[in-house]
Amino acid sequence: MSTPAEWSQRESHTFDRNVIAEIRRAANTGIYRIRGWGAKRDLPTLDDLVVLGASMSRYPLEGYRESCGTDVVIGEATSSRPVRLDIPITIAGMSFGSLSGPAKEALGRGANAAGTSTTTGDGGMTQEERGHSKTLVYQYLPSRYGMNPDDLRKADAIEVVVGQGAKPGGGGMLLGQKITERVAEMRSLPEGIDQRSACRHPDWTGPDDLEIKIIELREIVDWQVPIYVKVGAARPFYDTALAVKAGADAVVVDGMQGGTAATQDVFIEHVGIPTIAAIPEAVRALRELGVHREVKLIAAGGIRSGADVAKAIALGADAVSIGTAALIAIGDNDPMYEAEYQELGSSAGLWDDFQAGTDPAGITTQDPERMARLDPIVAGRRLANYLQVLTLETQTIARACGKSHVHNLEPEDLAALTVEAAAMAKVPLAGTAWIPGQ
Amino acid sequence: MLDFETSSLREINSRLHNETAGSFAVVNPRGAHAVAAGINSDIDVEIDGSVGYYCAGMHQRGSVVVNGNAGTGLAENMMSGTVRITGNATMSAGATACGGLLVVEGNAGSRCGISMKGADIVVGGSVGHMSAFMAQTGNLVVLGDSDSDLGDSIYEARLFVRGNVASLGTDCVEKEMRQEHLDLLSELLGRASMSAEPSDFRRFGSARRLYNFHVDDIDAEVAGGAQ
Repeated sequence: MSTPAEWSQRESHTFDRNVIAEIRRAANTGIYRIRGWGAKRDLPTLDDLVVLGASMSRYPLEGYRESCGTDVVIGEATSSRPVRLDIPITIAGMSFGSLSGPAKEALGRGANAAGTSTTTGDGGMTQEERGHSKTLVYQYLPSRYGMNPDDLRKADAIEVVVGQGAKPGGGGMLLGQKITERVAEMRSLPEGIDQRSACRHPDWTGPDDLEIKIIELREIVDWQVPIYVKVGAARPFYDTALAVKAGADAVVVDGMQGGTAATQDVFIEHVGIPTIAAIPEAVRALRELGVHREVKLIAAGGIRSGADVAKAIALGADAVSIGTAALIAIGDNDPMYEAEYQELGSSAGLWDDFQAGTDPAGITTQDPERMARLDPIVAGRRLANYLQVLTLETQTIARACGKSHVHNLEPEDLAALTVEAAAMAKVPLAGTAWIPGQ
Repeated sequence: MLDFETSSLREINSRLHNETAGSFAVVNPRGAHAVAAGINSDIDVEIDGSVGYYCAGMHQRGSVVVNGNAGTGLAENMMSGTVRITGNATMSAGATACGGLLVVEGNAGSRCGISMKGADIVVGGSVGHMSAFMAQTGNLVVLGDSDSDLGDSIYEARLFVRGNVASLGTDCVEKEMRQEHLDLLSELLGRASMSAEPSDFRRFGSARRLYNFHVDDIDAEVAGGAQ
């Protein structure tokens, strides 16, 4: 029990120390807080679900020996060169510019070893990136920075980006510290400007237009590669349905835990819906249109473990995409640089100023001295190991549920630990048959 | 001759993509979309009739002429070569175009030259609102008028307008027309086969006030003053 003196000095719940610090920071600078990473607030996650392993009524597969498929094929119906992935985990779009060249190379090396794809970002395709990624998805963004039909033809898939989970409705951002001569040239921008990308595509304004845009893209690449449509999770039922109507081979739904290289903190923390809520709505759209497992669903936003992968797939996704976790795997926030993180006013594990270009780990920077610290071969191996663990964990769960392919996981294999999760994921509260709202 | 009466869009574009030289007439387009999109060889294509969206999209080499009107996104993201249309173009003509010459003999709708990245665009008539929005580099020449918000959030593109400008967008300002600009304009008009007097045009560009965030630091100021 507190003393009267302590009680009178208690911290405000509404204006706690963090809120006060932010108000003071805003009053000092006159600019909103810009940072990288994804949402840091406490959100419902896939941890709020559990998997119902086999028992008397279900028959498990032998955990270490019986096969459990993990492959994913995208675009078979439309493309002469569909994307074939060995594992249901892809590397999300991250630009050269926001990331260093060695970091992009490391992502490519790791993805190659694991048999999956990497994705370009807001800034075009670099030769290094193409060279080090066996399967490379080329993002087609509102800014069209670095957009080049030669690169489009070199791509293994095209991802039309409508939005991303960290900022649905917002455009990209790359601050002047990272707009070096090479980055500026790739984006046809003056060096050193604070680049704020367009949030809308310049030559189409809705799903009917997008349908025609997708036809144009397919025509330009002679119908060789699949087209994805990526949306930030806000209204996933309608967005997914419209993406399918527009002709997408895959829909990427990025929940609000999805990361970014730089954007407003207020955007990251307050716009969009969590991944656990987005997947079932996207799946509902696919089912209603009769294209579930045909048009592929790639879920993204806060995927960390094989448990997350298995749960996302059980909810109906065909694959997941990782960004933040991949950066951590290759060395982001590495404790070996703790002293430097401290100098930056942060600490390993907390640092999120990806926009600053001062990354001690050499990943989210264009500074030659810092980026030289990242060995892309070693970092690539780390990513490959991490992807292998995610895959093994996913298979472990799938086998425990008696599934010979991870895509055989289904909502019936899940239960929710909270009423909120049960309502969002549309699976029963654990120990009950109750799904709120149904 | 490539005839939409007897061939599909895929067949016609596939043929154009596989040719390396020569001239090709395309007839009966009837507003088809993505006609002659993705051409990457030194061929000359002449389309007789109006086309839909994204005609000559991402054009890289050779020439495309449209004897008619065009829908949204004419020559979007073109890289080089020439695209000419004898009629009018609707929204976003030359969007994000990186190089080459786009000539619209008639009028162009809204957002002409949006996010252009190095192309030259010459419009014989007028352009719609928000033209050259976020235009990065390149030149937009308008022999007629411009509707509202010309050059909103423009970067380093140069805009030349002979007629009236309804209003300028954020951070777009009128700039001095120097001899180098008159020479450039003369060259652009010549390449576009347009007859006009360069001195009749006004030039617009970026005030460069939006290039960087303004970040205050009152604490440092106060601390400095206290020393």
